[in-house]
Parts: sequence; structure tokens; C-alpha cells
Amino acid sequence: MTTNKFYNAIFAAGITLILACLMIGVKLDTSGTQLAVKGATTAQWTWIGGGIAIVFLSQLFTNQIDALFRMIPKPSISTMLPEEKKMATLKPWLIAGAIVIMVIWPFMVSRGSVDLATLTLIYIMLGLGLNIVVGLAGLLDLGFVAFYAVGAYTYALLSQYFGLSFWVCLPISAGMAALFGFVLGFPVLRLRGDYLAIVTLGFGEIIRILLNNWTEVTGGPSGISGIAKPTLFGLEFTRKAKGGEDAMTFHEYFNLDYSSSYKVIFLYLIAILLVCFVIYVINRLMRMPIGRAWEALREDEIACRSLGLNRTAIKLSAFTLGASTAGFAGAFFSARQGFISPESFIFIESAIILAIVVLGGMGSQYGIILAAIVMTILPELAREFSEYRMLLFGLLMVLMMRWRPDGLIPTKRPHLELKQQ
Amino acid sequence: MSEFSLYLLQQLINGLTIGSTYALIAIGYTMVYGIIGMINFAHGEIYMIGSYITFIVIAGLMSMGIVSLPIILIIALVVAMFMASTYGWAVERVAYRPLRGTNRLIPLISAIGMSIFLQNAVGISQGFRDVALPPMVTGGWALGNPADFEVTISYMQVIIFAVTFVTMTLLTLFISKSRMGRACRACAEDLGMTNLLGINTNKVIALTFIIGAALAAIAGLLLGLYYGVVNPFVGFIAGLKAFTAAVLGGIGSIPGAVLGGLILGVTEAMTAAFFPSEYKDVVAFGLLITILLFRPSGLLGKPEIEKV
Repeated sequence: MTTNKFYNAIFAAGITLILACLMIGVKLDTSGTQLAVKGATTAQWTWIGGGIAIVFLSQLFTNQIDALFRMIPKPSISTMLPEEKKMATLKPWLIAGAIVIMVIWPFMVSRGSVDLATLTLIYIMLGLGLNIVVGLAGLLDLGFVAFYAVGAYTYALLSQYFGLSFWVCLPISAGMAALFGFVLGFPVLRLRGDYLAIVTLGFGEIIRILLNNWTEVTGGPSGISGIAKPTLFGLEFTRKAKGGEDAMTFHEYFNLDYSSSYKVIFLYLIAILLVCFVIYVINRLMRMPIGRAWEALREDEIACRSLGLNRTAIKLSAFTLGASTAGFAGAFFSARQGFISPESFIFIESAIILAIVVLGGMGSQYGIILAAIVMTILPELAREFSEYRMLLFGLLMVLMMRWRPDGLIPTKRPHLELKQQ
Repeated sequence: MSEFSLYLLQQLINGLTIGSTYALIAIGYTMVYGIIGMINFAHGEIYMIGSYITFIVIAGLMSMGIVSLPIILIIALVVAMFMASTYGWAVERVAYRPLRGTNRLIPLISAIGMSIFLQNAVGISQGFRDVALPPMVTGGWALGNPADFEVTISYMQVIIFAVTFVTMTLLTLFISKSRMGRACRACAEDLGMTNLLGINTNKVIALTFIIGAALAAIAGLLLGLYYGVVNPFVGFIAGLKAFTAAVLGGIGSIPGAVLGGLILGVTEAMTAAFFPSEYKDVVAFGLLITILLFRPSGLLGKPEIEKV
């Protein structure tokens, strides 16, 4: 056993050496037209040596390390929360409190953090939308960002060409994204899970390429800029009103000094409103027969069919609703940025949204909100090591899947338990 | 022959060249999917690593004063295959094996994370910009009348065809004749049962990752030399194309991956002949969607019957 472990450790150390050789040991260097190879410095070799030593020792003492880790208790959310009965009475107060805090909070902090919070809220919306598709209906969608893009471009184009306002465009964007979801979903939802994944992935790429190349309408890679910001019943948040003689801006109407942070806070409040709306709708849907049917279909498709549920209609409804949520988020996104380009809708966005859903615990709304916060705030915190940001992000995704494969807050289903007498 | 048909012939040759490298990468996807039913999202990154190792080895050997082309290429091939296999094995060991048997989305997320990690690790260590290699293999044969349109087959294309053909033959022999190949097929049939029959399935799974990575490294070498440029992000789109090829041919089927790769390559080249080349990806995915609509399990895939 010990010799076996020793060989294992040597093997692992050897593998680490081979892997490290490419990553740190050598570096490609272009000198003129010729390609040259630069060896690592002594300091880097010391790093490699240290890494190998760590791998070697950790392999040698796996049992001891495992035992050490087992002694650290895993944080469990359910034990920290009060009992279920108490919880039921507390819940409305907690939610109300949370909303009040979220509404008051932006007035006390810096502009940057409010902006970041708005971004987080967009990701929460996207996560909730994808959650319908992946978490509830169990359909793997890797091209969710396509619907986000459709929503964003719908608003941007309508505002640019027809001058429609944000509030008019919001439902149109959602409807447009839903239409795309419907058109794509209708033929492909018959496919098996993984085929669906690649088809949606392909669809996401198609949308991005089309946006990139249809230069006459979408502006191609340079995107659309100068998208109108949302207004409060016609009051703009600019320094000077743009819309004609009698148009007023927000600060003029309320006799305030002009400050650019009003706009940021206003956007944040809209985002809160939208997120609350989305959460409310999804919560109601989940309790409706259609919501139950989504989850039933995820659990056992054959059983569902034998109970007479229409598989295509159920899948299609989930797909379309998920898409419309993304369209919502997209319209808001383009209003917030004021500028969109196909660069914002690359595959990595889809991956991040999917990671939010899985990390949060599929199907669990609280989990998704928490995961969206983690996924947007962490990269911001890691801004100092901007070069290593995505590296750490990838590593974190792998580690989280090993540490908590059920997500941060696993879903709890309504269930009854027989108490022992 | 008319000028137009010669042009088409040229596009066909170009398409088959790219298609055969897609096929090499697609085999990695299809074998892993066939056995453990997961999409190895980091496979494209292994291809990219293969390309980088090729460039490093070539640059290293040239600076050591070795100029004989066959020697350089063979050493580069061997080193790239070995290193990439090590990466493939390590990725499986670190990111996938501990997650086997969980919900199938979990390994997928882990794979996407691994892919982001590898992309950035290579980017940080080797730079995010394009690295260019002066063309190693030059020249080719010309067919047709030089006055109107000349069809050229470059030596590089010939090498790509030859290497792909030899690799595919060896792989087919390995899968159909060797003991380990039989174990691979058994695992694809029924993993649990194979395990019960006393075959170390962990070893077989690791082996499929190693084979897939080695083939991806070959593709990395070939395409790296063909295009002469590599950057840390080439793996994503190549992997996506290869996965499309695997699904097109019927995922889980090796001949299907080859067929899918060739069809995809030719379709792209033909599209590029008539439309702006940016639209070739749109046509490639459009083709995939169309084929899946009429043959939901791909061209050569077995239809899967769900049982209770």
C-alpha cells in the first residue's frame, strides 16, 4: 500500500513536470520573422520545482489530507435557517425587508458599486431565464446568449430607426426573443439532450455572425451606439433635455442639481423592478400546471408522455419563456450600456449564465441569485490580477463542481414526511 | 475542363484538407461521448496545445541547427502527441473523473471551466497574440492550364491527407483488432457490464482521452503548419466545428466522425466559394440543424431507443 502510494506520487510529480514544461518552462518568442524559444528563468524553475514538490507530497499523504478536510464542517444553509414553520411566517417580512434594503442601498454607496449591482441584476435576470430552460425543464441550452442579443438589438434598432422609447420596446424585445425561441425550438426540441446543446450553441454563433456581418442594419463589429436611455414618464436623465422645447429633464422637474448618479440609480431601480417582476412571474408559473409539467418532464419523459402530457408544447413553452426573459434582460442591457456590439454576445457569456444556473443549484431561485452575485462580483474583486482573472474563473468553475456539485443552495421541493410515532 | 469546374475542384481539395483535420479532432469527441456520454469541452484546447507544442519544438530544433524537414516534423509530431496526451489524461483525471456519475450538466460545466482555464494558462505563458511560423513545407503540384485557372495541390495538403489516412487506418486497426480496442467497444456498449466482467473501465476511459488528445495534437500540428499561425483561442472554434462534425456523422460512431468532418469541410469550402467567407460558419451550423431534423441521430448514428 505504501509503496503503491509512493509510485503514485512519483507518477503524479512526473506528470506535473511534463505539464509545467509547456506552461512555464518554455516560451515562444518572435525575433523578427524567425520564431525562437526562450527557456525559463531560474526563479520560474524554482516555482515549477515547488509545484512538483507540493503535488508529490499531497499524493503521498492523500489519506491524511482527506481526513483533515473532513474535519472542516461543510457549511449547510438549511441548518442555519430557522425551522420551516417559523420560516413560513417570517418569509414575507424577510422579502419585504430585502426589497426595502435594496431600494435604499444605492443612495449610500458609490456610483461604481451601484453600476456593478445593476450588472449583477442583469445576470440574475438571465440566470432566472435560463433556469426555466435548464433547471426546470431540463433542456440543455448552450446558446442562451442569442436571445439576450436578440432582445438587446431589438431595442437598439427600434430606438435608432423608429425612435421608440425604452418602455415601449421592453415588451417588444421580450416578444421578439420569445419569437426567436419559438422558431428555433419548434424544430429542434425533438432532439435528444446533447444534440439540443450543440444546436443551440450553433444557433448562438449564427446570431452573432449575422450581427457581425449584416453591416447595413446592425453596424457590424462596430455595433450601435447612442442608444436612448430609459426615461421616467418622459423625464430624461441628461444634463439638457433633447426632446424639443417643453421637454424637461429629471433634475429640472424636481428642482435638483444635476448629478450623473441619478441616472445610475434610476437604472438600478428599473433593474430591481424587472428582476422582481421576473421572479414573481416565474414563481407563479412554477406553481401552475405548466410549471409542474416542466419539472415532471425533466424527471421522466416517458412517464409524462404516458400520462398524456404534450411533450413538445411543454418544452416549447419553457424554451419560449426562457427566451423572453433573456430578451427582457437584453433590452435593459442595451439601454444601460447605450452601446452594443456583437462582442458582448459571445459564447463565454452563455457559459457564464449556465455556470450561474448550475452553481446556484439547478431549479433553485435563491441559489441562482446568490450565484449571480458571486459570479459578477468575484471577477471585479480579482481585477487587480486582471491577467489571471479568467484563469481563476475557469479554475473556480472546476473546483466548485467538485466541491458542491448540487450548487450553492440545492433546490428544496415541497414534500411531506411521515413522522415516526 | 472549364474554369468554373476547375475552381470547384480547387475548393473541393481545400475543403477535404480542412475536413480531414476536423475529422481527427472529432474522433476525440465521439470516442469520449460514446463511452461516458459527456461532451469534452476542453478537447478543442488540447488541439490548440498541440499546435503550440509543435511550434515550440520546431523553433527549438531550428535554433539547435537541425534543418532536415522530415526529422523536424517527426520529432514535433511525437513530442506534440506525447505532451497533448499527458494534458488530455490530466484533464480527465482532475476535472472529469471525480464527477462521474453525477448529473450530466456537472461535468459539462467543469469541462467549460477547464477550457477557459487552459486557454488562459496558455495565453498567460505564451502570450495572447498570434504566433506565426514561416512556412515549412512549400511548393505543390499544379493541374490544368496555367493560362486560365490552375488547380494546385500543395505538398502540405498531401501531407495532411497522408497523415490523416495513416492515422485513421491505425486507429481502425487498433479498435477492431487489439485487446484494448475490444475493451473500448465493450465500454461503449455497456460501461457497467464491462466493469462487471473484470475490465478496468477507468483505464479504458483514460485511454480514450489519451487517444483523442493524441489525434487532436496531430490535427494541431497539421493545421498549425497549414495556416502558419496559432493563438490561444483557435481551440474554441476548431473544437466547435469538430463537435459539429461528430454530431453530424452521429456521435459515438468513429466512421461517422470522419464522414461528418469531410462533409463539413467541403461544405465550408463550397460556401466560401460563393458567399463572403464569414458566412461559412452560418452554413455549417445550418447544415447541422437541417441534418438533425431529418436524421435526429446523425448520419451514421444508431437511433437510440428509450426504454423504461
